[in-house]
Amino acid sequence: MAHAEGQQHPLGIYIKVWILLFVVSGFSYAVDYFDFQGYTRWSLILLFMFIKAGYIISVFMHIKWERWALSAAILVPPSVLLVFIGIMAIESNYTFLTRILNFGPG
Amino acid sequence: MSPQKSSAAAAQPVELKPGLIGLAEDWSSDQRAFKNVSWGKAMMWIFLLSDTFIFSVFLISYMTARMSTAVDWPPVSEIFALSFGGDPIPLVLIAIMTFILITSSGTMVLAVNYGYRKDRKKTVILLLLTALMGASFVGMQALEWSKLISDGVRPWENPFGASQFGSAFFMITGFHGFHVSVGVVFLLLIARKVWRGDYDTEKKGFFTSRKGNYEIVETMGLYWHFVDLVWVFIFAFFYLW
Repeated sequence: MAHAEGQQHPLGIYIKVWILLFVVSGFSYAVDYFDFQGYTRWSLILLFMFIKAGYIISVFMHIKWERWALSAAILVPPSVLLVFIGIMAIESNYTFLTRILNFGPG
Repeated sequence: MSPQKSSAAAAQPVELKPGLIGLAEDWSSDQRAFKNVSWGKAMMWIFLLSDTFIFSVFLISYMTARMSTAVDWPPVSEIFALSFGGDPIPLVLIAIMTFILITSSGTMVLAVNYGYRKDRKKTVILLLLTALMGASFVGMQALEWSKLISDGVRPWENPFGASQFGSAFFMITGFHGFHVSVGVVFLLLIARKVWRGDYDTEKKGFFTSRKGNYEIVETMGLYWHFVDLVWVFIFAFFYLW
Protein backbone atom coordinates (compact mmCIF):
# COMPACT_ATOMS: atom_id res chain seq x y z
CA MET A 1 0.00 0.00 0.00
CA ALA A 2 1.36 3.40 -0.93
CA HIS A 3 0.76 5.11 2.41
CA ALA A 4 1.11 2.18 4.78
CA GLU A 5 3.59 4.25 6.81
CA GLY A 6 1.29 7.28 6.94
CA GLN A 7 1.45 10.42 4.85
CA GLN A 8 5.06 10.99 3.80
CA HIS A 9 5.84 13.34 0.99
CA PRO A 10 8.90 15.25 -0.16
CA LEU A 11 9.53 18.44 1.79
CA GLY A 12 9.66 20.50 -1.39
CA ILE A 13 5.91 20.57 -1.92
CA TYR A 14 5.30 21.76 1.66
CA ILE A 15 7.82 24.56 1.31
CA LYS A 16 6.30 25.65 -2.00
CA VAL A 17 2.77 25.72 -0.58
CA TRP A 18 4.02 27.52 2.50
CA ILE A 19 5.56 30.30 0.39
CA LEU A 20 2.42 30.44 -1.75
CA LEU A 21 0.24 30.87 1.36
CA PHE A 22 2.46 33.75 2.48
CA VAL A 23 2.19 35.47 -0.89
CA VAL A 24 -1.58 35.02 -1.18
CA SER A 25 -2.07 36.28 2.40
CA GLY A 26 -0.11 39.32 1.36
CA PHE A 27 -2.50 39.76 -1.56
CA SER A 28 -5.58 39.55 0.70
CA TYR A 29 -4.07 42.14 3.01
CA ALA A 30 -3.34 44.33 -0.03
CA VAL A 31 -7.05 44.27 -0.90
CA ASP A 32 -7.68 46.20 2.30
CA TYR A 33 -4.53 48.29 2.13
CA PHE A 34 -5.31 49.61 -1.35
CA ASP A 35 -8.93 50.03 -0.31
CA PHE A 36 -10.74 48.25 -3.16
CA GLN A 37 -14.50 48.60 -2.81
CA GLY A 38 -17.71 46.92 -3.99
CA TYR A 39 -17.69 43.82 -6.16
CA THR A 40 -13.95 44.06 -6.89
CA ARG A 41 -13.24 43.87 -3.17
CA TRP A 42 -15.62 40.97 -2.49
CA SER A 43 -14.53 38.86 -5.43
CA LEU A 44 -10.82 39.37 -4.66
CA ILE A 45 -11.37 38.47 -0.98
CA LEU A 46 -13.24 35.29 -1.95
CA LEU A 47 -10.68 34.35 -4.61
CA PHE A 48 -7.70 34.62 -2.25
CA MET A 49 -9.65 32.92 0.55
CA PHE A 50 -10.49 29.89 -1.59
CA ILE A 51 -6.92 29.62 -2.91
CA LYS A 52 -5.58 29.55 0.66
CA ALA A 53 -8.26 27.18 1.97
CA GLY A 54 -7.79 24.85 -1.00
CA TYR A 55 -4.03 24.53 -0.55
CA ILE A 56 -4.28 24.06 3.22
CA ILE A 57 -6.86 21.28 2.85
CA SER A 58 -5.34 19.52 -0.13
CA VAL A 59 -1.63 19.62 0.75
CA PHE A 60 -1.19 20.40 4.46
CA MET A 61 -4.11 18.18 5.48
CA HIS A 62 -3.19 15.58 2.82
CA ILE A 63 -6.68 15.33 1.29
CA LYS A 64 -5.01 15.32 -2.15
CA TRP A 65 -3.44 11.94 -1.32
CA GLU A 66 -6.36 10.37 0.58
CA ARG A 67 -8.75 7.90 -0.98
CA TRP A 68 -12.00 9.36 -2.31
CA ALA A 69 -13.98 7.53 0.38
CA LEU A 70 -12.47 9.84 3.01
CA SER A 71 -12.23 13.05 1.01
CA ALA A 72 -15.85 12.79 -0.18
CA ALA A 73 -17.05 12.12 3.39
CA ILE A 74 -15.31 15.30 4.52
CA LEU A 75 -15.86 17.65 1.58
CA VAL A 76 -19.40 16.85 0.39
CA PRO A 77 -21.43 17.45 3.60
CA PRO A 78 -20.36 21.13 4.00
CA SER A 79 -21.95 21.88 0.62
CA VAL A 80 -25.37 21.97 2.34
CA LEU A 81 -24.11 25.15 4.00
CA LEU A 82 -24.67 26.93 0.68
CA VAL A 83 -28.40 26.26 1.05
CA PHE A 84 -28.30 27.56 4.63
CA ILE A 85 -26.48 30.72 3.51
CA GLY A 86 -29.13 31.24 0.82
CA ILE A 87 -32.02 30.83 3.27
CA MET A 88 -30.47 33.22 5.80
CA ALA A 89 -29.69 35.79 3.11
CA ILE A 90 -33.36 35.86 2.07
CA GLU A 91 -34.41 36.06 5.72
CA SER A 92 -32.07 38.94 6.50
CA ASN A 93 -33.15 40.90 3.44
CA TYR A 94 -36.73 40.58 4.69
CA THR A 95 -35.73 41.68 8.21
CA PHE A 96 -33.84 44.63 6.76
CA LEU A 97 -36.87 45.66 4.70
CA THR A 98 -39.26 45.51 7.67
CA ARG A 99 -36.80 47.49 9.79
CA ILE A 100 -36.64 50.21 7.15
CA LEU A 101 -40.43 50.26 6.78
CA ASN A 102 -41.22 50.33 10.51
CA PHE A 103 -38.28 52.08 12.14
CA GLY A 104 -36.78 53.98 9.23
CA PRO A 105 -36.31 57.75 9.33
CA GLY A 106 -38.62 58.22 6.31
CA MET B 1 -13.73 -24.54 -1.44
CA SER B 2 -11.04 -26.24 0.65
CA PRO B 3 -9.86 -24.56 3.91
CA GLN B 4 -6.40 -23.96 2.47
CA LYS B 5 -7.81 -22.10 -0.48
CA SER B 6 -10.03 -19.81 1.60
CA SER B 7 -7.20 -18.88 3.98
CA ALA B 8 -5.01 -18.11 1.00
CA ALA B 9 -7.78 -15.88 -0.34
CA ALA B 10 -8.03 -14.10 3.02
CA ALA B 11 -4.29 -13.45 3.09
CA GLN B 12 -4.43 -11.95 -0.39
CA PRO B 13 -4.72 -8.19 0.09
CA VAL B 14 -7.77 -6.71 -1.59
CA GLU B 15 -6.81 -4.40 -4.40
CA LEU B 16 -7.93 -0.84 -3.69
CA LYS B 17 -9.11 0.92 -6.81
CA PRO B 18 -8.60 4.66 -7.26
CA GLY B 19 -11.15 7.37 -8.02
CA LEU B 20 -14.92 7.05 -8.24
CA ILE B 21 -14.93 3.25 -8.58
CA GLY B 22 -12.77 3.08 -5.46
CA LEU B 23 -15.19 5.37 -3.65
CA ALA B 24 -18.16 3.13 -4.51
CA GLU B 25 -16.27 -0.03 -3.57
CA ASP B 26 -14.93 1.39 -0.28
CA TRP B 27 -18.31 2.67 0.84
CA SER B 28 -20.11 -0.58 -0.07
CA SER B 29 -17.40 -2.83 1.39
CA ASP B 30 -17.40 -4.88 4.60
CA GLN B 31 -16.38 -3.58 8.01
CA ARG B 32 -14.80 -0.25 7.21
CA ALA B 33 -15.29 2.46 4.63
CA PHE B 34 -12.01 4.31 5.25
CA LYS B 35 -9.36 1.85 4.10
CA ASN B 36 -5.72 2.60 4.99
CA VAL B 37 -6.85 5.33 7.41
CA SER B 38 -6.59 4.54 11.11
CA TRP B 39 -9.65 5.03 13.34
CA GLY B 40 -7.87 7.83 15.22
CA LYS B 41 -7.29 9.87 12.08
CA ALA B 42 -10.78 9.17 10.73
CA MET B 43 -12.33 10.31 14.02
CA MET B 44 -10.25 13.50 14.01
CA TRP B 45 -11.63 14.20 10.54
CA ILE B 46 -15.21 13.56 11.69
CA PHE B 47 -14.64 15.91 14.64
CA LEU B 48 -13.25 18.58 12.31
CA LEU B 49 -16.30 18.17 10.07
CA SER B 50 -18.58 18.85 13.05
CA ASP B 51 -16.40 21.82 14.02
CA THR B 52 -16.76 23.11 10.45
CA PHE B 53 -20.50 23.28 11.00
CA ILE B 54 -20.11 25.10 14.32
CA PHE B 55 -17.88 27.79 12.84
CA SER B 56 -20.08 28.03 9.74
CA VAL B 57 -23.13 28.65 11.91
CA PHE B 58 -21.26 31.44 13.73
CA LEU B 59 -20.22 33.03 10.46
CA ILE B 60 -23.70 32.68 8.97
CA SER B 61 -25.28 34.28 12.05
CA TYR B 62 -22.76 37.11 11.67
CA MET B 63 -23.80 37.44 8.01
CA THR B 64 -27.46 37.55 9.04
CA ALA B 65 -26.82 40.23 11.67
CA ARG B 66 -24.78 42.34 9.29
CA MET B 67 -27.19 42.05 6.35
CA SER B 68 -30.30 42.74 8.40
CA THR B 69 -29.15 45.77 10.37
CA ALA B 70 -30.33 49.17 9.18
CA VAL B 71 -27.46 50.88 11.02
CA ASP B 72 -24.07 51.13 9.29
CA TRP B 73 -21.57 48.39 10.15
CA PRO B 74 -18.53 49.76 12.04
CA PRO B 75 -15.50 50.57 9.81
CA VAL B 76 -13.56 47.38 10.66
CA SER B 77 -10.40 48.44 8.83
CA GLU B 78 -10.11 51.61 10.94
CA ILE B 79 -11.07 49.98 14.25
CA PHE B 80 -8.31 47.39 13.92
CA ALA B 81 -5.68 49.91 12.78
CA LEU B 82 -2.62 50.50 14.93
CA SER B 83 -0.09 53.28 14.72
CA PHE B 84 3.58 52.97 15.53
CA GLY B 85 4.35 56.64 15.98
CA GLY B 86 3.16 57.59 12.48
CA ASP B 87 -0.13 57.26 10.61
CA PRO B 88 -2.28 54.32 11.70
CA ILE B 89 -1.75 51.23 9.53
CA PRO B 90 -5.04 49.42 8.86
CA LEU B 91 -5.42 45.85 10.18
CA VAL B 92 -1.71 45.60 10.94
CA LEU B 93 -2.03 43.43 14.05
CA ILE B 94 -4.46 41.12 12.26
CA ALA B 95 -2.01 40.79 9.36
CA ILE B 96 0.81 39.85 11.75
CA MET B 97 -1.47 37.29 13.44
CA THR B 98 -2.34 35.82 10.03
CA PHE B 99 1.31 35.44 9.08
CA ILE B 100 2.16 33.89 12.45
CA LEU B 101 -0.59 31.30 12.07
CA ILE B 102 0.52 30.41 8.54
CA THR B 103 4.12 30.07 9.72
CA SER B 104 2.99 27.78 12.52
CA SER B 105 1.11 25.65 9.96
CA GLY B 106 4.37 25.32 8.06
CA THR B 107 6.35 24.19 11.11
CA MET B 108 3.54 21.77 11.97
CA VAL B 109 3.64 20.12 8.56
CA LEU B 110 7.41 19.71 8.89
CA ALA B 111 6.95 18.20 12.37
CA VAL B 112 4.61 15.57 10.88
CA ASN B 113 7.18 14.79 8.22
CA TYR B 114 10.11 14.44 10.64
CA GLY B 115 7.89 12.42 12.99
CA TYR B 116 7.35 9.76 10.33
CA ARG B 117 11.10 9.75 9.75
CA LYS B 118 11.46 9.11 13.50
CA ASP B 119 13.70 12.16 13.86
CA ARG B 120 12.75 12.89 17.47
CA LYS B 121 14.85 15.98 17.99
CA LYS B 122 13.59 17.88 14.93
CA THR B 123 10.00 16.82 15.61
CA VAL B 124 10.13 18.13 19.18
CA ILE B 125 11.73 21.42 18.15
CA LEU B 126 9.17 21.98 15.38
CA LEU B 127 6.24 21.09 17.67
CA LEU B 128 7.51 23.50 20.32
CA LEU B 129 7.95 26.24 17.70
CA THR B 130 4.37 25.64 16.55
CA ALA B 131 3.13 25.85 20.15
CA LEU B 132 5.11 29.03 20.74
CA MET B 133 3.58 30.71 17.69
CA GLY B 134 0.12 29.55 18.73
CA ALA B 135 0.65 31.05 22.17
CA SER B 136 1.85 34.35 20.70
CA PHE B 137 -1.24 34.38 18.47
CA VAL B 138 -3.48 34.08 21.53
CA GLY B 139 -1.42 36.77 23.25
CA MET B 140 -1.98 39.21 20.38
CA GLN B 141 -5.65 38.37 20.39
CA ALA B 142 -5.78 39.26 24.09
CA LEU B 143 -4.11 42.56 23.22
CA GLU B 144 -6.68 43.20 20.52
CA TRP B 145 -9.56 42.35 22.85
CA SER B 146 -8.31 44.71 25.55
CA LYS B 147 -7.86 47.51 23.01
CA LEU B 148 -11.44 47.07 21.76
CA ILE B 149 -12.84 46.79 25.28
CA SER B 150 -11.06 50.01 26.31
CA ASP B 151 -12.49 51.64 23.16
CA GLY B 152 -15.94 50.86 24.56
CA VAL B 153 -16.87 47.84 22.42
CA ARG B 154 -19.31 45.57 24.29
CA PRO B 155 -21.35 42.58 23.09
CA TRP B 156 -24.48 44.75 23.23
CA GLU B 157 -23.18 48.16 22.09
CA ASN B 158 -20.20 50.01 20.64
CA PRO B 159 -19.45 53.62 19.72
CA PHE B 160 -18.71 52.85 16.05
CA GLY B 161 -21.95 51.60 14.50
CA ALA B 162 -24.28 48.59 14.47
CA SER B 163 -24.52 47.11 17.96
CA GLN B 164 -24.32 43.51 16.69
CA PHE B 165 -20.63 44.08 15.86
CA GLY B 166 -19.44 43.39 19.41
CA SER B 167 -21.28 40.12 19.94
CA ALA B 168 -20.18 38.77 16.55
CA PHE B 169 -16.57 39.80 17.20
CA PHE B 170 -16.27 38.38 20.71
CA MET B 171 -18.12 35.17 19.85
CA ILE B 172 -16.24 34.32 16.65
CA THR B 173 -12.71 35.36 17.60
CA GLY B 174 -13.21 34.08 21.15
CA PHE B 175 -14.22 30.62 19.99
CA HIS B 176 -11.34 30.53 17.53
CA GLY B 177 -8.87 31.71 20.17
CA PHE B 178 -10.15 28.96 22.46
CA HIS B 179 -9.41 26.43 19.72
CA VAL B 180 -5.88 27.80 19.36
CA SER B 181 -5.33 27.63 23.14
CA VAL B 182 -6.49 23.99 23.30
CA GLY B 183 -4.22 23.26 20.33
CA VAL B 184 -1.22 24.74 22.16
CA VAL B 185 -1.89 22.52 25.19
CA PHE B 186 -2.08 19.40 23.04
CA LEU B 187 1.01 20.39 21.04
CA LEU B 188 2.96 20.61 24.30
CA LEU B 189 1.62 17.25 25.49
CA ILE B 190 2.59 15.54 22.24
CA ALA B 191 5.98 17.27 22.14
CA ARG B 192 6.64 15.86 25.64
CA LYS B 193 5.69 12.36 24.52
CA VAL B 194 7.88 12.56 21.42
CA TRP B 195 10.73 13.85 23.60
CA ARG B 196 10.37 10.88 25.99
CA GLY B 197 10.38 8.51 23.01
CA ASP B 198 6.89 7.14 23.76
CA TYR B 199 6.27 6.57 20.07
CA ASP B 200 9.54 4.68 19.53
CA THR B 201 8.89 2.32 22.44
CA GLU B 202 5.16 2.13 21.55
CA LYS B 203 4.30 3.09 25.12
CA LYS B 204 0.59 2.72 25.79
CA GLY B 205 -1.47 5.85 26.31
CA PHE B 206 -2.81 6.22 29.87
CA PHE B 207 -6.32 6.93 28.61
CA THR B 208 -6.72 4.78 25.49
CA SER B 209 -4.23 2.00 26.43
CA ARG B 210 -3.32 1.79 22.77
CA LYS B 211 0.24 1.61 21.51
CA GLY B 212 1.55 5.06 20.70
CA ASN B 213 2.94 5.78 17.25
CA TYR B 214 3.99 8.79 15.22
CA GLU B 215 0.66 8.99 13.45
CA ILE B 216 -0.62 11.03 16.41
CA VAL B 217 1.62 13.89 15.18
CA GLU B 218 -0.26 13.83 11.87
CA THR B 219 -3.63 13.77 13.66
CA MET B 220 -2.50 16.71 15.79
CA GLY B 221 -1.44 18.41 12.56
CA LEU B 222 -4.93 18.00 11.10
CA TYR B 223 -6.38 19.86 14.08
CA TRP B 224 -3.77 22.61 13.87
CA HIS B 225 -4.24 23.15 10.14
CA PHE B 226 -7.98 23.29 10.70
CA VAL B 227 -7.49 26.12 13.19
CA ASP B 228 -5.44 27.93 10.53
CA LEU B 229 -8.13 27.20 7.95
CA VAL B 230 -10.87 28.70 10.13
CA TRP B 231 -8.73 31.81 10.57
CA VAL B 232 -8.54 32.16 6.76
CA PHE B 233 -12.34 32.38 6.69
CA ILE B 234 -12.57 34.70 9.71
CA PHE B 235 -9.91 36.97 8.22
CA ALA B 236 -11.80 37.15 4.91
CA PHE B 237 -15.34 37.56 6.19
CA PHE B 238 -14.92 39.42 9.45
CA TYR B 239 -11.86 41.62 8.98
CA LEU B 240 -11.69 42.24 5.24
CA TRP B 241 -15.31 42.18 4.03
